Amino acid sequence: MQVDTVQQEPGAAPAGASRRDELHRPWRRRFPLLPALVFTVLLTQIPFLMNIWYSLTDWTIVPPAPRTFIGLDNYGDLPDDQFFRDAAWVTVVMTVTAVIASLVLGTLLALLLDRKFFGQGVARTLLITPFLIMPVVAGLVWKNQMFSGLYGVVNWVTARLGMDSIEFVSRYPLASIVVVLVWQWTPFMMLIMLAGLQSQPAEVLEAAKVDGASAVGTFRQLTLPHLRPYMELGTLLGTIYLIQVFDHVAVMTGGGPDSTNIPYFVYQRSIGGGWEFGKASAYSIVVVVASIVVATVALRVLSRLLQGEEIA
Amino acid sequence: MAGSAGARLGVGERRSVNAVMGVVAWLIAVLFFFPVFWMILSSFKEEQDANTSPKLFFSPTLDRYSDVTESTTGLLSFREAFFNSFWVVMVSTVVVLLLAIPAAYALAIRPVPKWRDVLFFFISTKFLPVVASILPLWILARDFDLLNTRLVLMILYTGMNLPLAVWMLRSFFREIPRELIEAAEIDGAGLRGQLASVILPIAVPGIAATALLCVIFAWNEYFYAVQLNPADGSTIPIWVTTNISTRGDFLAKLSAASVLASVPVVLAGWLAQKRMIRGLAMGAIK
Repeated sequence: MQVDTVQQEPGAAPAGASRRDELHRPWRRRFPLLPALVFTVLLTQIPFLMNIWYSLTDWTIVPPAPRTFIGLDNYGDLPDDQFFRDAAWVTVVMTVTAVIASLVLGTLLALLLDRKFFGQGVARTLLITPFLIMPVVAGLVWKNQMFSGLYGVVNWVTARLGMDSIEFVSRYPLASIVVVLVWQWTPFMMLIMLAGLQSQPAEVLEAAKVDGASAVGTFRQLTLPHLRPYMELGTLLGTIYLIQVFDHVAVMTGGGPDSTNIPYFVYQRSIGGGWEFGKASAYSIVVVVASIVVATVALRVLSRLLQGEEIA
Repeated sequence: MAGSAGARLGVGERRSVNAVMGVVAWLIAVLFFFPVFWMILSSFKEEQDANTSPKLFFSPTLDRYSDVTESTTGLLSFREAFFNSFWVVMVSTVVVLLLAIPAAYALAIRPVPKWRDVLFFFISTKFLPVVASILPLWILARDFDLLNTRLVLMILYTGMNLPLAVWMLRSFFREIPRELIEAAEIDGAGLRGQLASVILPIAVPGIAATALLCVIFAWNEYFYAVQLNPADGSTIPIWVTTNISTRGDFLAKLSAASVLASVPVVLAGWLAQKRMIRGLAMGAIK
């Protein structure tokens, strides 16, 4: 990589060239960053700009019609679109409930696992497995073998308890999907929280114990503040991935008023059969802008993840 | 230990609290694993045993595995899908690391001006809904003659995992004591020398954790694959869904396919779990 050769010999410059050196220093620093940055800019910003352009056009492929520039009309239609509002609401509910539930469950499980007991390693291994399962597979297994009204294990259990058989996925589509998402993401949150617990300095905990602090007090005053950035990290990563959920919706319900989230909605309106590319692009632009606003507030104002001392 | 039951309990009591907590943890672990267990069980069933009210006892068979791995001309075979997935995942993960390691260096060790904005930019690219970029990507892929190739997935998976890798590696690199890097610098080591002699050896657990996450997300990716590469050059997630039939029972067959699809990543995750926790603990947040 040419990046390396540029950086290779910082000591090679003669001593008198220090002024020139200073001048070039910012660029020297930037060099290692450039390949990744250029790659990301090309791969994400070109499609994004194309998308903005599409969103300003009336462009329907089926039936084929010439693409015409219509300015902001697609955006104007947006607030009146009941389906878009439904999808936005589903996205918010799906993301928020799945993130919070998996974070809480993951934290509790991490606390349970962060102590010695028989077969601790095996229990942890079993617990992380759902995160490793392919989303398509997870959706299919839950739909066909857990939630199915005919052959489902969940219904078998509820039948023993004297309840009627329910086709969960069609009766409660959103809740069913959220259950699968929580099943998959709880282990991820648990891993992050375990990392947090294990990075807690042992001396501090020992000192608290020597000083006669109660378990609850230690947990509230030492462990929780220590875990906070880990919770923020879990929330950030969980939100980024869960806001994008597509596979589970596709294989479990294939959309529907109660389970179509924005990604699936955009898909339905464009390549999934709607073929209204102009409108679909406008919707996706709105979602991007909204997520970036939320992320900016969350990351830059509320969280300390992006803070820390500036190293000159 | 963080959650130990506190100083006020006697040793015996603390031990019994731990035992109770252990039992609770085990119960939840079994509950979480159950769907996977059930999937494995179904994969050894005859279709009529899988498509009936839940059955724990049956005469096991390997026939579903031979059914799904048998190749039919014109259809995506398991072998093909597996090798496609393997290459796409490997190449994209290696490229991600090659790009992310120097970038993380420039964000953590010798931070560029405005490194915070750069980092935020990387993360913000993850907010473009994948479905929203698919149309321009499809058009670009068509124009560059990349539809139905492994290359298009390699490029997209690299882009998909790069922000996460940059983010994580940057945190790991910040954990490295600055004196060590300065010492290497005084010895005249350039970027490559510093990476090889100081940074990489210390950051290995973090890099491994990052690589593993990239592998998991790339191996499991479905949407790009189904939209841009649905034909016979495609990957394992697509192959799994080809085992859903509209006629006749398919649950046992689908389970066998699902097990085969999951094994590589699940095994990798099991083997690397401790390293992954250590990697995350190393400072995924600092």
